[in-house]
Amino acid sequence: MRFADERLEPIWEKVRSETRLSREDALTLYETDDFLSVGRMADHVKSRREGDRVYFVINRHITPTNVCVLSCSFCGFARKPGQAGAYEHSIEDMVAMVKDETREVHIVGGHHPDWPFEYYERMIEAIHQARPDVQIKAFTAAEIDYMWRRWKIEPKDALARLKAAGLQSMPGGGAEIFSPRLAKLLKYSGKADPDRWCEIHGIAHSLGLKTNATMLYGHVERLDERVDHMLRLREQQDLSGGFVTFIPLAYQEAATQLVPRQTPPADSLRTIAIARLILDNFAHIEAYWVTLGEETASIALHFGADDVNGTLEDEKIQHLSGASTPAGVAREQLFRMIRDAGKVPVERDALYNVVKVWPR
Amino acid sequence: MIDEIRAKVDGGARLDRKDGHWLLTEAPLLELGTLAADVRFRRIPDKRVTFVIDSNPNYTNVCITDCQFCAFYRKPGHPEAWTLTVDEVLAKVESAAANGATTVLLQGGHNPELPLEYYLTIVRETLRRFPQVTPHFFTASEIQTVAKVTGLAMTDVLDQLKAAGQRTLPGGGAEVLSTRVRRRIEPKKGGPEAWLEVHREAHRRGFKSTATMMYGHVEEPDDVLDHLDAIRALQDEFGGFTAFVPWSFKPNNTLLEKWIKQHKGPNAYMRMLAVSRLYLDNFPHVQASWFSEGKKAGQIALNFGADDWGGTLFEENVHKAAAYVNTISVDEIVTLIREAGFTPAQRNTEYEILRTY
Repeated sequence: MRFADERLEPIWEKVRSETRLSREDALTLYETDDFLSVGRMADHVKSRREGDRVYFVINRHITPTNVCVLSCSFCGFARKPGQAGAYEHSIEDMVAMVKDETREVHIVGGHHPDWPFEYYERMIEAIHQARPDVQIKAFTAAEIDYMWRRWKIEPKDALARLKAAGLQSMPGGGAEIFSPRLAKLLKYSGKADPDRWCEIHGIAHSLGLKTNATMLYGHVERLDERVDHMLRLREQQDLSGGFVTFIPLAYQEAATQLVPRQTPPADSLRTIAIARLILDNFAHIEAYWVTLGEETASIALHFGADDVNGTLEDEKIQHLSGASTPAGVAREQLFRMIRDAGKVPVERDALYNVVKVWPR
Repeated sequence: MIDEIRAKVDGGARLDRKDGHWLLTEAPLLELGTLAADVRFRRIPDKRVTFVIDSNPNYTNVCITDCQFCAFYRKPGHPEAWTLTVDEVLAKVESAAANGATTVLLQGGHNPELPLEYYLTIVRETLRRFPQVTPHFFTASEIQTVAKVTGLAMTDVLDQLKAAGQRTLPGGGAEVLSTRVRRRIEPKKGGPEAWLEVHREAHRRGFKSTATMMYGHVEEPDDVLDHLDAIRALQDEFGGFTAFVPWSFKPNNTLLEKWIKQHKGPNAYMRMLAVSRLYLDNFPHVQASWFSEGKKAGQIALNFGADDWGGTLFEENVHKAAAYVNTISVDEIVTLIREAGFTPAQRNTEYEILRTY
């Protein structure tokens, strides 16, 4: 591989020999003008790990409530109790949302001040009993932490009880950006801090639950804060090993206007590529098409991403924050994104068991 | 193979069909893009990306060519058929000029009822009343139709347009310059030569024009290579092409829709741009079409060999008929080019810089 920027040559040597990249390497990858070369290196790693495979899942997002005690500056979704537009789903409603062919249910909601822990436990139990073949991925570390803050249930007890009820994995949300500066600035200091977030994922891993990790970028964070975020995740993964997928989330500007525009596609592609290069102990890097848009997500499959997530019926949080892509998308649309990139669509479940390999 | 092609490109050797075929079908996308970006920066060393303030009105939707890919046209006598008067066309030019347009790309259906004088008057009056606007009027197949219905030679029509003051032609109506493809999707427009000869004769007379390609329907890589070979050879003769402008077919509401096996998306688009930058070694510019491929794809395309953003397209009706709508302002163009890491510069129809931002 030849590079316009010679600073990339030693990094490429490391990538080829599967040597771990440093913080300085990551910053160089953000600084270089040779953006396609960052992608080429990430594509090399992705291809080495997964060949031409790109995963997707037929999933259902359920957002039990938008009632939330927090006031995070980047969120266009939360409502205060009693505020116009606030809603609470019943367990029966949520069970009815899970349709045939769904492989994964993804449940994330607001920090509701009045719902007891048992409500969440019953929710998981009811869905699991109604649909025992559907894998349940539910509750961010921030929500698990809130269950402790509100009801004093230790995360290891909460997770053990939820697992007994049918929980199989945890989503990666609530991480935002691991930075005390930003937590204060964007008013998310009231939720699990980086140590607590990582601690809860570590506990989940020790209980045999697989989890994901996210990063909310493209607002007012600095590039070194993104790098430090990814390095913190890499460190936690070395310790507990249960992370499956890293999902960078591009900030949706429409509702909350922290910045006037979404970060440009090249920044998202570069971030996905750097994640693939830095997170050498993560199996998968996701191009989350709902926030990126189909075009960028499809091209990201050449920049190190090996997953496009799923059909995402009723993806309320991103949708209310202004994602321009429609909330529900058919399998055909996922195929289109994957096939345009010349890759092989592989349908998976929440735990990355292969459901079906589709034609290229 | 990529090293072999890089050596050719670095040594100034022309790529052949075998190279082109491999680049279109097998080359790793980002390796290809890197090479195309290198060539782009060699040709235009700064990070300048040009755009034009323009509008694409239409003077009629009446058409006798029945192209399978077109959702815009109506047959003569159809209740939805319409044709603008000269004054109505000039009102559209006036509105574009009032919005700062320096180019008006006027094209329409192939309406056999319109006399040569209709076309010439629009050119003359545009130049007289709106001297700041370049009349970028009438695609090759419209000129062929005018020649046919007036009994003049195609070259006479060009001479008359030139005498009226026209100096540039838009590149539409090429689709894919392959005999097989054109026979399948637009049998009444003639083979590749029908398009090529108009541009050849126009270039011979000092006109500048663009070359377009509408891909993503029934073409195979060999058809694309036929197209690239044909315009590259023509460019060797007179150097009259300013830019190459590919876009993907929009199938909604067209007869061709049901024959489309696979949608051509953003990856196919990046590949097409990069291949054309490498293959068309005698074309000064390659255009990223924010309009047909989306603004994000347009921004990404600037890294794959494109150096032009296209225009504002204040008015556009052809894609709209295929249920595809996209709009932009000058401010947004400047912002999009800047945030993609490039320097915006306003150009005119002939790609001369008017203003750098």
